[in-house]
Amino acid sequence: MGKEDVASSGIADGEERPPPLPPRPSPAAIVGKPTTALSSMNIQTLSFPDGSRGTFSTTNDNGPASSDPVSSSADQGIADLGFSAATRGSRINDIDESMSIMSFAPTLRPPGDLESLLIGDGDMSKKSPAWVLLRSQSAIVQPFESTSPEQATFSASFAREFQDIPDESEQSWPDEDRIRLWKSKLKHYMILSSAGKPIYSRHGDLALINSSMGVVQTIISFYEGAKNPLQGFTAGDARFVIATRGPLYFVAISKLRESDSELRAQLDALYMQILSTLTLPALTNIFANRPSTDLRKPLQGTESLLSSLADSFTRGSPSALLGALECLRLRKSHRLAINNAFLKTRADKLLYGLIVAGGKLVSVIRPRRHSLHPSDLQLIFNMLFESGGIKSGGGENWIPLCLPAFNNRGYLYMYVSFLDGQPPEQGLAEESVSVDEQIAIILISPDKESFFALQQMRDDVVAELKKRGHLDIIKAAAQKGRPTVHEIAPGTHINHFLFKSRANVQFCMPSLQPSFSSLITHRRLVTLYSHLHAAVHAKHSHLKVLHCVNVDSTSLAWVTPIFELYCVAGPNTSRSVMTQGANKIIQWAKREEERLFIIGGGVF
Amino acid sequence: MADANAPKPSSSVKLVLLGEAAVGKSSLVLRFVNNDFQENKEPTIGAAFLTQKCNLPTRTIKFEIWDTAGQERFASLAPMYYRNAQAALVVYDLTKPTSLIKAKHWVAELQRQASPGIVIALVGNKLDLTGEGGAGQDGSEGAEGEEAGDARKITTEEAQSYAEEEGLLFFETSAKTGHNVTEVFTAIANAIPETSLKSTRGAGASSMANRGGDEQRVNLNGPREAAKEGCAC
Ligand SMILES: Nc1nc2c(ncn2[C@@H]2O[C@H](COP(=O)(O)OP(=O)(O)O)[C@@H](O)[C@H]2O)c(=O)[nH]1
Ligand SMILES: [Mg+2]
Repeated sequence: MGKEDVASSGIADGEERPPPLPPRPSPAAIVGKPTTALSSMNIQTLSFPDGSRGTFSTTNDNGPASSDPVSSSADQGIADLGFSAATRGSRINDIDESMSIMSFAPTLRPPGDLESLLIGDGDMSKKSPAWVLLRSQSAIVQPFESTSPEQATFSASFAREFQDIPDESEQSWPDEDRIRLWKSKLKHYMILSSAGKPIYSRHGDLALINSSMGVVQTIISFYEGAKNPLQGFTAGDARFVIATRGPLYFVAISKLRESDSELRAQLDALYMQILSTLTLPALTNIFANRPSTDLRKPLQGTESLLSSLADSFTRGSPSALLGALECLRLRKSHRLAINNAFLKTRADKLLYGLIVAGGKLVSVIRPRRHSLHPSDLQLIFNMLFESGGIKSGGGENWIPLCLPAFNNRGYLYMYVSFLDGQPPEQGLAEESVSVDEQIAIILISPDKESFFALQQMRDDVVAELKKRGHLDIIKAAAQKGRPTVHEIAPGTHINHFLFKSRANVQFCMPSLQPSFSSLITHRRLVTLYSHLHAAVHAKHSHLKVLHCVNVDSTSLAWVTPIFELYCVAGPNTSRSVMTQGANKIIQWAKREEERLFIIGGGVF
Repeated sequence: MADANAPKPSSSVKLVLLGEAAVGKSSLVLRFVNNDFQENKEPTIGAAFLTQKCNLPTRTIKFEIWDTAGQERFASLAPMYYRNAQAALVVYDLTKPTSLIKAKHWVAELQRQASPGIVIALVGNKLDLTGEGGAGQDGSEGAEGEEAGDARKITTEEAQSYAEEEGLLFFETSAKTGHNVTEVFTAIANAIPETSLKSTRGAGASSMANRGGDEQRVNLNGPREAAKEGCAC
């Protein structure tokens, strides 16, 4: 495998200027940015060994100062959130080298690649195995190792992103300083009523930012009045995206260079959370009766849920990006047995039952006619695992909530029990089980009186799972965590990937350790994924395969009707090495499909 | 509190906590059940159900505690939690006058709607903010309280005389220092008439009688919203 990976690749290569000699000795020494040429791409066809074909985008514009460097393929989804005025106007931001999209920058290749450049990347078959081996050793640089000044500034601001702004009562903090802090945040979310009443802001108390909210409201309603609703705009280095949902305005302000569609999806999730608290008829009634209502009162207690959602988007959430959930990897026979135990103990009033471990789905049971929508599950997962309201309670919970994608008109009732969070008998030292491993049983019913019936069901399920040792299996799997890339695709140079199974609306990924576990590298990784995602999902984009080379990373997106794969490797990883790695991952995912994903779940 | 003696009679008591949001209901429960306190506790979502044993000289009481969130929009759910309760803790924040008004509403509702024999305790929480200290279990918190000055807005006399009028148990507590927290629960346990203590468990499920709810119900047969992206499972 691998030798024939790239069937045709000569087109773009033929257009390359000969690389200047001598080549730079070490990839790590690269700090300069590629020219604007890197933003441009054309498309060529690529065949994969399994017979599928994809299109490949490559550079076709080598003009050093092209003023409109964007070709038709990938421009749509990537909004201009450029860090300087110089780039405003171009749709693909190429100022920050970490994210620009291009096929390759010839001058930046390590020596091993030069020859392949001249004779074409696909001509691996002409090389001796030893050469291939040697070459494969060269790409050992991790993604995001370089630090440009822009990157350093970003890292410093992002590290402070989640620090609270002191509130009014703090005497030592004059308003100007608090406003300055507020402005330094890279990401804001605001919710206001169409009458202009502030409802929610992620940062800063509403008193502090009342005037800013007022400005936003004025701008939005100006366009609203002109029957030409404002979708978004750019101011300086910030992108504003606006969504009008019923009587509410949602605003996202981002300096993280997320795409408009991604920001809009985030705003939709916030709206879903509000519906989940109130239901649509209640929300509509409130404003129909009194347009000037202060929604903060009816929403009481929802603020922390909105903030935990907002923060998970700001930190970067592959699940939110892909609109998919992650499952706990289990043997098929184990998953089946767990489903059956779950089904066997089902209470009459049950609508949905979920077992979740470490934030990953273990088992789902549901009526034949009803499925669970990912956006509803996102709200549940956020409530249980991201916000502290339930985790810190230490008991069982009974929660009225609306699952808007299921039915936005009424409440369901959710029973939640964290198995390890159960404080045992008095005096027993509390075992410290990290959230990552906690097992939660979630039982949802339309009957508000069914708490004790569901509590009984929880006891029965747990007893059943214990009897067969399945509880330990779940615990062990949760403890083990995600596999490393090297366990998945031995020998690959790919450092991380996201694999989404479209049919199952689920995804999997390898461990984030060690390269992407810090706040900042994680954010950079997700930003890169989000750019790939936006490019391949752009309207009118017919991209199937996208290969991006940046100064500090190489990445590949591959989209078929069955799956989406996004992978990231260090800079200077050759295209064929990327494709080989991608193929290995796909084969692994195919082989492991029934372990990685819940297919159908238990149906009753 | 390990009980090595001969087995004492054990019975369970259903207890509900009511009161305005953020007065410290969950904090009182956390102190009682886990002897713990969290400075920035996130608001309760829905209601939490916890159990905790309380050893009296002659018997063991197992409290089955409903800690409600106290949010306006779910006020209609409250009857579900107090309907069969033998005891209620109505909590206010003694630094916040509106919270006592809310507490009085709850007391009135309980007296009207709950089981006739229900034992009600009125609890003024956050005593540590008054500067009177309330030398707590930890002892260490006293000094901090004094520094913060006196934030008390509701006098002991005012609340006490109201409690006496209505025949309520009355305590001022601090979930933060632990002051008086166990005392509240012990007093309740002692106040429950022996006759209303039957032996435990199982009663819960059946006693949650079905009452036609007045809020919107989800109709499982209703038309489904077209899902944007298939199903997750
Ligand atoms: N100083 C002080 N703060 C408290 C006390 N009890 C609760 N709090 C704080 O008050 C806030 C609300 O408490 P919580 O238990 O969630 O209130 P609930 O909504 O009534 O359940 C939290 O930030 C607690 O840390 C107390 O006795 N003293
Ligand atoms: Mg609470």
